[in-house]
Amino acid sequence: MSTAVAYEPERLDRRELESVVVRFAGDSGDGVQVTGAQFTQTTALAGNDLATFPDFPAEIRAPTGTTFGVSAFQINFGARDIKTVGDAPDVLVAFNPAALKVELKSLKPGGVVIADSGTFTDRNLEKAGFGDNPLTDGSLASYRLMAVDISQRTLDALKTSGLNKREALRCKNFWALGLVYWMFGRDRKPTHSWLAQKFKDRPDLGAANTAALDAGHAYGETAELPEGIEAYVIPPAAIAPGTYRNITGYEAIAFGLAAGAQLAELPLFFSSYPITPASTLLHALATMAELGVTTFQAEDEIAAACAAIGASYSGSIGVTSSSGPGVALKTEAIGLAVATELPLIVVNSQRAGPSTGMPTKTEQSDLYQAVFGRNADTHVVVLSARSPADCFEVAIEAVRLATKYMTPVILLTDGYIANAAEPWPLPKIDTLAPFPVKFRTAPEGFHPFLRDPGTLARVWAVPGTPGLEHRIGGIEKAYDSGHISYEPANHQRMTDVRVAKIAGIADDIPLQTVDSGATSGRIAVVGWGSTYGPISRAVDNVRARGGAVAHIHLRHMWPMPRNLGTLLAGYDKVLVAEMNKGQLATILRAQYLVPAESLSKVNGQPFKIAEIEAAINRLLEQ
Amino acid sequence: MNAPIKLTPKDFATDQEVRWCPGCGDYAILKSVLGVLPDFGVPRDKTVFVSGIGCSSRFPYYVSTYGFHTIHGRAPAIATGIKLANPELDVWLVTGDGDGLSIGGNHLLHVLRRNVNMQILLFNNEIYGLTKGQYSPTSRPGTRSPSTPYGSFDPPVIAAAFALGAGARFVARSIDTLQKHLPIVLKRAHDHIGASFVEIFQNCIVYNDAVFDDFAAKDVAAERQIHLEHGKPLLFAGGRKGLRVKPGSLALEVVNVGEGGVGVGEVLVHDETNRILATMLATMEGADFPVALGVLYCNPAASSYDAEVDRRIKKRVSPDRRAALTRMLARGATWTVS
Repeated sequence: MSTAVAYEPERLDRRELESVVVRFAGDSGDGVQVTGAQFTQTTALAGNDLATFPDFPAEIRAPTGTTFGVSAFQINFGARDIKTVGDAPDVLVAFNPAALKVELKSLKPGGVVIADSGTFTDRNLEKAGFGDNPLTDGSLASYRLMAVDISQRTLDALKTSGLNKREALRCKNFWALGLVYWMFGRDRKPTHSWLAQKFKDRPDLGAANTAALDAGHAYGETAELPEGIEAYVIPPAAIAPGTYRNITGYEAIAFGLAAGAQLAELPLFFSSYPITPASTLLHALATMAELGVTTFQAEDEIAAACAAIGASYSGSIGVTSSSGPGVALKTEAIGLAVATELPLIVVNSQRAGPSTGMPTKTEQSDLYQAVFGRNADTHVVVLSARSPADCFEVAIEAVRLATKYMTPVILLTDGYIANAAEPWPLPKIDTLAPFPVKFRTAPEGFHPFLRDPGTLARVWAVPGTPGLEHRIGGIEKAYDSGHISYEPANHQRMTDVRVAKIAGIADDIPLQTVDSGATSGRIAVVGWGSTYGPISRAVDNVRARGGAVAHIHLRHMWPMPRNLGTLLAGYDKVLVAEMNKGQLATILRAQYLVPAESLSKVNGQPFKIAEIEAAINRLLEQ
Repeated sequence: MNAPIKLTPKDFATDQEVRWCPGCGDYAILKSVLGVLPDFGVPRDKTVFVSGIGCSSRFPYYVSTYGFHTIHGRAPAIATGIKLANPELDVWLVTGDGDGLSIGGNHLLHVLRRNVNMQILLFNNEIYGLTKGQYSPTSRPGTRSPSTPYGSFDPPVIAAAFALGAGARFVARSIDTLQKHLPIVLKRAHDHIGASFVEIFQNCIVYNDAVFDDFAAKDVAAERQIHLEHGKPLLFAGGRKGLRVKPGSLALEVVNVGEGGVGVGEVLVHDETNRILATMLATMEGADFPVALGVLYCNPAASSYDAEVDRRIKKRVSPDRRAALTRMLARGATWTVS
């Protein structure tokens, strides 16, 4: 554990910035993600708030130097509360021509390009689709260009390291990191320590990477830099005291599920089938045997859902996970869990669709699927997480509702949240409110569909309990005995009670609050899931200029909070910003007859703050 | 402590009216299962019957243990979850030829491959009964059904061979009407630790009546059935016929034994631990060959999947899970803001 201390940058004439977006980009083999992770760590230690996102290529091992093999890592950090990874990078570090080709279009006008000129060979330029060398042909004139032969300078710095050329070249990411450290006045010590630990079995590599880092840093300090390239300082942000770590969405869900199971006093059983971008949750939970977590890689999506249902039937909290196409396969099993009224959690890391769509790109287009996407009147609880850290609380809420109401709960996250990271104050598990599950044990008066008159949840009687032997299944059951029943009036009654049970959960969830702005007025921007960051910043920006706009962000998608209809009715206009073709907007219109307007985006990329701000401004001008 | 009360078949029956067609082979199978359940000494509350969809899958409603009538083809996956979450439960899976080999073929493959400790009873009637008589993946070519009015022509799957191919370590066969044989097979299946696969030829009196008469009918049984016993010569037809390896080939042949035929010493001795022999016995085809019944293959693994999962979790689980979670949350790089 480290303590954040004000590190004194060595030069005092640094320009102060409130926030900066840096994007590292290169070949998959260039160590871009490691570089980003180290920069993140030192930035956190410097006391800045931050948000990060890794942008992996879809190909596992794309040919080197190709545009489709570019791997990127973006970080937004600042002296203020950071809510997104930033609309556009201020600084782009491009390790090869392909990275420049792919990433330049997102760079801010006038932004800084740091490029490894050593890689801009004819062959690499051709592979990236450049005619002339952009570093020399003047096409980058509108940017602040710092072209350095990072490859050669790394080799020079490691002349005496004993590494061969190939090994030495692999240290160039740390040379670049050293330069960026200099640019933002970062302390190198944490990275020195990390390298020593990481390469404890190959001290020569640890020393070489350290030397490369220091050489890059020294270059910044001593070299004559091009016009417009300078050093900056970003003061620490006002961050609440506490112990922090960085957390990705999938890690937070894994921890939340594990914590939720502990609060419910149940074993956690997780079964899933590999699918991008949901597999990371399986990987995370597979390392949690220490917590008694059982993970099961099933033969397919259907089996994954079914095994989780079997585990819930046996008295665990069964959880399965996938992305949209996989959740589609689980649909019939979810229906079985609804009919048998067993707890089940289905985590959907949404991705761009339909069908295979763009597995590595984000979208929020499975809301209809979650709320409505089953045969028959098959109501379930639907929750959504707004940020990586929020996934922890939402996962706990999923366990609470699934076990208390004996129902499937669908937890919607997306490819963006799953992989993005942010600083997270470590939760104190002992302070979380427990919700222990009580299995039915008394045989007197038992039948499997006896209900709690308050929650309408049926009793949970697990195999192994003497005297409670019973049969359940997908066939309709008699309300009063749990036996098979085809009675018309009984099916009406059972359907009604299943729907009423889910609807009643609205009384057990918090009332909808307004995230920022007034509780009534001209415009409410409504969002759910990972659009939280850009909506929040956009609304803050407009409000700072005096615009009458509020931000409402939903966690409970189904049932919705009791007061939501009344709340929305208090605004002249409701703008629903979501990464689909208007799914929440449609549901809000259907539920509350509010004239919700849709701000839709489905290009696989998160909303930019500016896009939402522009939409709000358009409405304000109407 | 009181000695456990010995239960009877009646104790395992439910008060539910059995709703199979009169004369259905399922009645006989139910009777056999209820007959053997008391012998295992497993309490009713520790026993779970899981089924998919189809006529056979109504089975759990008629057994007074825990029961889960699930969805079409998926019972192996649900049963796997049940067993992994509580390995102490005695799990029985009831499926049919459509449920287990068509829509649920993938799950059956994997529950056998993984070797999850449970008894799997596949009622094979070579037809879809509950959906009113379409041909099934085990129907013989030429089967006329509403969906194949001119006769089916795709080759059927041989259930026992499928199971062996999937890596099952216990594969047996019996017939619904063999009320002495079936209970013995069921007991062997229960004794086996791991996934035990039992194919039961079951007559569908409505849609596929008498389809097994070529070997199951009483008058041909002796000539057309070979009842396997480990360590005993592969004899049938009252000992007049036997199976041996055809000289110069890796194939079985039927030989006459005794006067005018070969000596018993030339007849193969059944070795139920031999997967190749089991596969040859499972795939015997043609009117000359008998249908192999009994335990074709029994070769238990050192452990079952569920036991291994349980062992691995128990090896790693922390005695204080809450403290372990707190420790795990703080693993890796952390920093303090004061």
